[in-house]
Amino acid sequence: MSTADTIVKNTGPGGGGPDERLVRRSPARRLLSRPELGAVVGAAAVFLFFSFAADTFLRASSLSTVLYASSTIGIMAVPVALLMIGGEFDLSAGVMVVSSALVSSMFSYQMTANVWVGVGVSLLVTLAIGVFNGFLLTRTKLPSFIITLGTFFMLTGLNLGFTKLIGGTVSTKSIADMEGFDSARTLFASHLSLGGVDIQITILWWIGLVALATWILLRTRAGNWIFAVGGGADAARAVGVPVTKTKIGLYMGVALAAWISGQHLLFSYDAIQSGDGVGNEFLYIIAAAVGGCLMTGGYGSAIGAAVGAFIFGMASKGIVYAQWNPDWYKFFLGAMLLLATLLNAWVRKRAEATK
Amino acid sequence: MTALLAAVLAASLAGCSSTGGKRAEEARAAQTAGGKAAVNTPRWTFAMVTHSGDGDTFWDIVQNGARQAADKDNVKFVYGHDKEAQRQSQLVQSYIDQKVDGLIVTLAKPDAMKDVVARAEKAGIPVITVNSGAEVSKAFGALTHVGQDETMAGEAVGAELNERGRKKALCVLHEQGNVGHEQRCDGTKKTFKGELQKLYVEGTNMPDVQSTIEAKLQSDRDIDSVVTLGAPFAPTAVKAKEQAGSDAEIDTFDLNAKVADGLKDGSLGFAVDQQPYLQGYQAVDLLWLYKYNADVLGGGKPVFTGPQVITKKDAAALQEYTKRGTR
Repeated sequence: MSTADTIVKNTGPGGGGPDERLVRRSPARRLLSRPELGAVVGAAAVFLFFSFAADTFLRASSLSTVLYASSTIGIMAVPVALLMIGGEFDLSAGVMVVSSALVSSMFSYQMTANVWVGVGVSLLVTLAIGVFNGFLLTRTKLPSFIITLGTFFMLTGLNLGFTKLIGGTVSTKSIADMEGFDSARTLFASHLSLGGVDIQITILWWIGLVALATWILLRTRAGNWIFAVGGGADAARAVGVPVTKTKIGLYMGVALAAWISGQHLLFSYDAIQSGDGVGNEFLYIIAAAVGGCLMTGGYGSAIGAAVGAFIFGMASKGIVYAQWNPDWYKFFLGAMLLLATLLNAWVRKRAEATK
Repeated sequence: MTALLAAVLAASLAGCSSTGGKRAEEARAAQTAGGKAAVNTPRWTFAMVTHSGDGDTFWDIVQNGARQAADKDNVKFVYGHDKEAQRQSQLVQSYIDQKVDGLIVTLAKPDAMKDVVARAEKAGIPVITVNSGAEVSKAFGALTHVGQDETMAGEAVGAELNERGRKKALCVLHEQGNVGHEQRCDGTKKTFKGELQKLYVEGTNMPDVQSTIEAKLQSDRDIDSVVTLGAPFAPTAVKAKEQAGSDAEIDTFDLNAKVADGLKDGSLGFAVDQQPYLQGYQAVDLLWLYKYNADVLGGGKPVFTGPQVITKKDAAALQEYTKRGTR
């Protein structure tokens, strides 16, 4: 009834003008309404700050290091942002990266198989963990916080238990002398020189994932579903959005990125410490949140999460470039992130007010 | 699912690697000590409780030493660990409740462990401290302490850096607030004639370790040596140095297989080993000696297991032992 009213009102001859959703807005207005706008301003502020505070910060080699640090967080921040837009969290994302690396390393080593076989098995296992998270979430209707906290602990235990059980020690054996290692390293952990500047391949993976996620969010039906389930799962279900499928898919997205990060870890450092990865899940969530994703779901962007990861990378490495007293490192980092986020929120509020 | 598994197995059989892997390890067939008791004393139970976090390579080697000594001494060996001091002391208490015959504990956070060590003594359970807590071990009532003095190990590093003509060194701490780590850096600072700077990195996040060291080396071109406080971080520091285009020498505390390889191929300068195998082995053996013969080693002073400076010339001999997890 109310829908009918609206339609009548908007299309009726004496109605209040055209549908507001169809109004053409100026490009500047459209830019102002993007969720990543505030984050971009925050990033610019942090960038300017360190350009003045640290004289080595602006060198090409330094920026490449900052980009590398940002990319290792950014690769995971992309699917985590999508998940947050879909209204859920994943606390198991940090250790899942290490699980993924451990599976490929141990499978290749124990079977004396070509490392690509291990890489393939690892993809299957990691995606299965994602499905497990999503399936449990949609079946039990428990908060994702609890479900993935459980997965987090289980994976932490499995990482350690399996590594010790299979290899006898807590870190994996080196697989650097095995067949397929060099080609896998080229794909996951090489670096190329672009005009004299060293570019780690993770940066390319990162850009690729951001582009893919942005396309999914803005140009596909699945993107609409993600915004819908995050905005309100019941309402979304009522209008025919496949909520279960969407959420499981989002968790599989996190798993896919965890696999990429895990393979980078393995082929970059060759042996993996089974206790690593704990705590990194928060870095991904921080990057997404600093980049403008709402903690309550339904709002955000992949580009925003990338900018968030970049802010984190700049802040954490900028402090080192600025040669500040390392005892205060964490304090500076926290203050920097808080300021960037406050600036972000302020800019967004101003942008919304001028709409 | 079954079809998938079959496909994976078939693929793995077809995709065998002719180099490296488990087959190569088995081919090496490292000879570790057998597990037969050499004595017929009663089967005592000794418990070890450390402040280790999950998945720490170092404590793995300590355990290997302890287990081999336990096999030889006809002892049942049990192990527990928690990096939170309070939970570590609760673990010790649970072993006291089980009336074990001997206790091996670390005193990384001595104040939290004081009471529980006293309770063990009251319950008539002999205690040996290992690794950390040399300065308080005796006062708490432990028989003896087996370990390395961290300050002394740091001093050895400083002296070695002097010998190598280093001017500006970086001390990379992978756990902010760890007392032993601070002592290592401070010890190095004490004897090192050049300038020593500290750098904190996130130890559970290798890419962060790499990019932070990289950033530091880029911002200060005068740094000519980097000292990591744990073996797993040394190869990462080598990568950081290559990325940053620095020619600093990378040195490290502690040893593992990759460090031994690095020493041999020259990518690492030297390593300072505290011989964790000895810490586990000696602790169990000394407890057995005390139960059997009331022997106490050290005369009230700690028994030192390090520091031992390892360079290129020792690396070849140690490579085999690091691979089997006893060095």
